[in-house]
Amino acid sequence: MISIEGVLWPTVVMGVLGLVFGALLAFASIKFFVKTDERVSMIREILPGANCGGCGYPGCDGYANGVVNEGAKMNLCAAGGPVVAQKIAEIMGVTVEQEDSTPLRAVLRCAGSPRSSARNVVYDGIQDCRSAAVLPGGSPNACPFSCMGLGTCVKVCPFGAMSIVDGLASIDPKKCVGCGACISACPKSVLTLAPNTSVAWVTCNSKWKGPDVKKVCSVGCIGCSLCARVCPEKAIAVDGNLAVIDFAKCTGCGMCMAKCPAGCINAPVPIAKAV
Amino acid sequence: MDLLWILLGSMFVNNIIFSRFLGCCPFLGVSTKTDTAKGMGVAVIFVLVLAAVMTWLAFHMVLVPLGLEYLYTLSFILIIAALVQFVELVLKKINPVLYKSLGIFLPLITTNCAVLGVAVINMNENYTLAESVVNALGSSMGFLLALLLMSGIRERIDRNTNVPQCLQGLPIALVTAGLMSMAFMGFAGIIK
Repeated sequence: MISIEGVLWPTVVMGVLGLVFGALLAFASIKFFVKTDERVSMIREILPGANCGGCGYPGCDGYANGVVNEGAKMNLCAAGGPVVAQKIAEIMGVTVEQEDSTPLRAVLRCAGSPRSSARNVVYDGIQDCRSAAVLPGGSPNACPFSCMGLGTCVKVCPFGAMSIVDGLASIDPKKCVGCGACISACPKSVLTLAPNTSVAWVTCNSKWKGPDVKKVCSVGCIGCSLCARVCPEKAIAVDGNLAVIDFAKCTGCGMCMAKCPAGCINAPVPIAKAV
Repeated sequence: MDLLWILLGSMFVNNIIFSRFLGCCPFLGVSTKTDTAKGMGVAVIFVLVLAAVMTWLAFHMVLVPLGLEYLYTLSFILIIAALVQFVELVLKKINPVLYKSLGIFLPLITTNCAVLGVAVINMNENYTLAESVVNALGSSMGFLLALLLMSGIRERIDRNTNVPQCLQGLPIALVTAGLMSMAFMGFAGIIK
């Protein structure tokens, strides 16, 4: 049987204990009050609070402290973008540095969905790319450079911009702020940051020679250099059997895409001329 | 004499990390540099001894007379959490350098099972207040000892050895911890 005392006493005891310690802490917080720079808390208020680490500091608190006390740049917050940089600058009482504030976003350098590329094994282990990457051969996929589609990037993305579509990581460009959390989590380095204005990137990460790529994947870069030759801006170089686009030079004319025999240069967004 | 045995026993024989496997998270997290290891160890000594006193008083003065011994987990956690908050406030005021070097690890003491573990051990062993304090002191000094040994080894590993890439960082630290634990197991049986 439940007696009143059996419920009342524990409640009272825990309540009193809680109150005593609460009062103690309240007293201590006044007695040992430390004056902090109020700009730190003001900047902390403005920051998005995603704690993505894209600025290079451990979390938003660290960055706010870094700006005020360690002279960190004010435009490091990728999630907040120029708007937040502007506000931080207002608090610090200086004008914001406008250079290198091109918004970035993550792009996937792989198109090898289960339909277009071979799998070595059916992976049934822990659903995490970082554990699948320690398999002999480096991947359940026949191509060791490819996206494994187990969603580690989805789990680490603080903004919900990642998803797995058709066995490949997919990035919502509207939600992606370019913080780079997915890039450091991906064991295959198959994600990279590209300027938001960029229209073309190589959707392949394979350093293998052409014939080897063809054996395992129908949409892999074979390093044929056709794109590099056709590019009027000389923005493409083939480095180790893999085409690499220099985003600074690319104007998005689309000639490489038309020429690529493997179809591994991508342009899913409308062409906005990069400046 | 009993107190001396309790001190030595909790420090070496029943080392909180190597024999009881409590508090492994801060042990692995803070043992990369000797400086932070020292700071963390001292903070743990401080918190653990205070917590032992507070939990002993709460248990024997409040819970036992009211017949509410079963509330010990709840009230111990409450006491420890409040204590760590208190220590954080005090440290921020009187030693900002240590506060900064501890960073995230000070709040981590709140969830450090070594603190709760020692409080529960004191309760289970029916220690008196003096014995509890000595046990807490020994345990936390054992914690500091473990942290110092480990950080010294890890600093040397980082600097001088060719650790295979797959073992760098935490894996080699865990292997080292396991070996050290086996070494400490050699003390087993010397004192109860």
